[in-house]
Amino acid sequence: MNQQDLQAIRAIITRHKRWDMLFGLLGLLALMVGVLTLTVLFADMAIKGASRIDYDFLTNFPSRRAGSAGILSAWVGTILVMLVTAFSAVPLGVAAGVYLEEYAPKNWMTDIIEINVTNLAGVPSIVYGLLALGLFVYKFGFGQSILSAGLTLGLLILPVVIVATRESIRAIPQMVREGAYACGATTWQTVRDHIVPYSSAGILTGVIIGMARAIGETAPIITIGALTFIAFLPPAPYTEVFPFISFDWLTAPFTVMPIQMFNWTSRPEAAFQVNAAAAGFLLVLMTLCMNGAAIWLRYRLRRNIKW
Amino acid sequence: MNVRKITTLAAAVGALFVSASALANQPLVKIDGSSTVFPITEAVAEEFQKAKKGAVRVTVGISGTGGGFKKFCRGETDISNASRPILDKEMADCKAAGIKYIELPVAFDALTLVMNPKNAFLKQITVAELKTMWEPAAQAKVLKWNQVNAAWPDTGLKLFGPGADSGTFDYFTEAVVGKAKSSRGDFTASEDDNVLVQGVSRDAGALGYFGFAYYLENKDKLKAVPVVNPKTGKAVEPSLEAVISGDYQPLSRPIFIYVNAASVDKPEVKEFVEFYLKNGAALTKEVKYVPLTDADYKHALDNFSKKKTGTAFGGHSEVGVKVSDLLKRDPKE
Repeated sequence: MNQQDLQAIRAIITRHKRWDMLFGLLGLLALMVGVLTLTVLFADMAIKGASRIDYDFLTNFPSRRAGSAGILSAWVGTILVMLVTAFSAVPLGVAAGVYLEEYAPKNWMTDIIEINVTNLAGVPSIVYGLLALGLFVYKFGFGQSILSAGLTLGLLILPVVIVATRESIRAIPQMVREGAYACGATTWQTVRDHIVPYSSAGILTGVIIGMARAIGETAPIITIGALTFIAFLPPAPYTEVFPFISFDWLTAPFTVMPIQMFNWTSRPEAAFQVNAAAAGFLLVLMTLCMNGAAIWLRYRLRRNIKW
Repeated sequence: MNVRKITTLAAAVGALFVSASALANQPLVKIDGSSTVFPITEAVAEEFQKAKKGAVRVTVGISGTGGGFKKFCRGETDISNASRPILDKEMADCKAAGIKYIELPVAFDALTLVMNPKNAFLKQITVAELKTMWEPAAQAKVLKWNQVNAAWPDTGLKLFGPGADSGTFDYFTEAVVGKAKSSRGDFTASEDDNVLVQGVSRDAGALGYFGFAYYLENKDKLKAVPVVNPKTGKAVEPSLEAVISGDYQPLSRPIFIYVNAASVDKPEVKEFVEFYLKNGAALTKEVKYVPLTDADYKHALDNFSKKKTGTAFGGHSEVGVKVSDLLKRDPKE
């Protein structure tokens, strides 16, 4: 190999390395756009709202006086709605995902269902709100209640849960199934003892992505009739007499954090903007806590899997 | 894990149907409607619940005047907040559902024209000048101040106003252009009045309009423009006194609550409305709106106790109407 060729090759290598670095930088920049924007927003809300975040803010009802207004009804509403969302979307979504992966015959019908499930994830949330208004609020007579809101958001995140379930089920090696069947297990036994436990970490990720989307949703919740001023809490979930547990709260009127924020940002007094920032900060914090809990759970679950 | 989850869910669904009607027994006043009226109703609801020591529950939503009437005419709410009178179509809906209502004015909302504090030439403005600026024909044509009035300088005119879904927009266009919703389209529109405040405070050639409360809160950033009353020919700056005396016209309007006549039989609704009209003046002032006169509140209370159902308007808005005259009219359904 002569000197000239060597130089030409070196030049090519340096050029390619330069491109490599350039793309790396571009990627980092792309990442920073998202991360920095979020950090700046989060810090901005924290600084603006810091003066309002205290025990009273969490335990007071909304008020016309910005200084004594709080988010009690909003955060309780948000948590209860999220509970209903999780309890409706997770069993339905996981069951649908398992069926599509493990039970459904591969034919044009399942193909159509598959395409539609993926498409559903892209439907604007307001459409779910309108559907829920007709179906849950009027047809089923659930009214403008926590139950209606939770089921609406459950529908909204259902496609996300189904897709996540299927993805993580597909990641399970075929030999696990074959081993189970070889030992004489039925499909149900295979699913219950192997497929669902092994894919639970992935399912959990999907559920959290869905829940994080649902917690900030405002449009469908307003459509089904969440309220803005509500100075009482839903009935407690326990009673002193038998059966000690009550589900009255499901039918209670409610408000949620994003609606409370939305209302405060449109008020004339500057003090309400501070309240809105404080509420926004806490809402992001709630989301982060939820994500944190999920990551911890996922870590625990993964540790238990031994193939 | 899965089996347990399914059992819990089944229990939840079962218990739900057993206990679904339990909440209906607690006294509840349901209110929805205009976001303009919301701050006043919120204040009244807050004080009312305090006065009743939590025995009565009040909920207030913000579906907008139109959205509020839709729910009201389906019988879902006891009271509807409205920043304009009920319209023909809504009257028909209510009639079809057999819902009768009592119309009660509760306060004034004064639309305030605001300019940038740096603007030194604008001392007053007439309705005709406003019309030249805002009518649909002005679109893309009237872009400088001197096109409206030759005495004004040759600087750019930037307009700010609420979006087309707002009752404020409806009233302004009706009062200024002469036809509701008839406006030029090339102005900066926002449903959030704080955006308008920001816009006008940053642009020396800006002119905008929104509710009086937003002006009061932002007096340091904005200046109100006195509007010439077409009847007296005098320029009037918006203020509590000018609105109450009726001098600030045509840009001040009464705002209302509509009470479902059937709901009045419920003691909690009756008490709430009475509380509203008795304490309305003080609470309205506190949230920076303009109250009616004491005589008007008394008159409204009298109409309420006599259960005068229907609207004093014929199913359309009216510009420059006096509340005392309104209350004397014989309402029609």
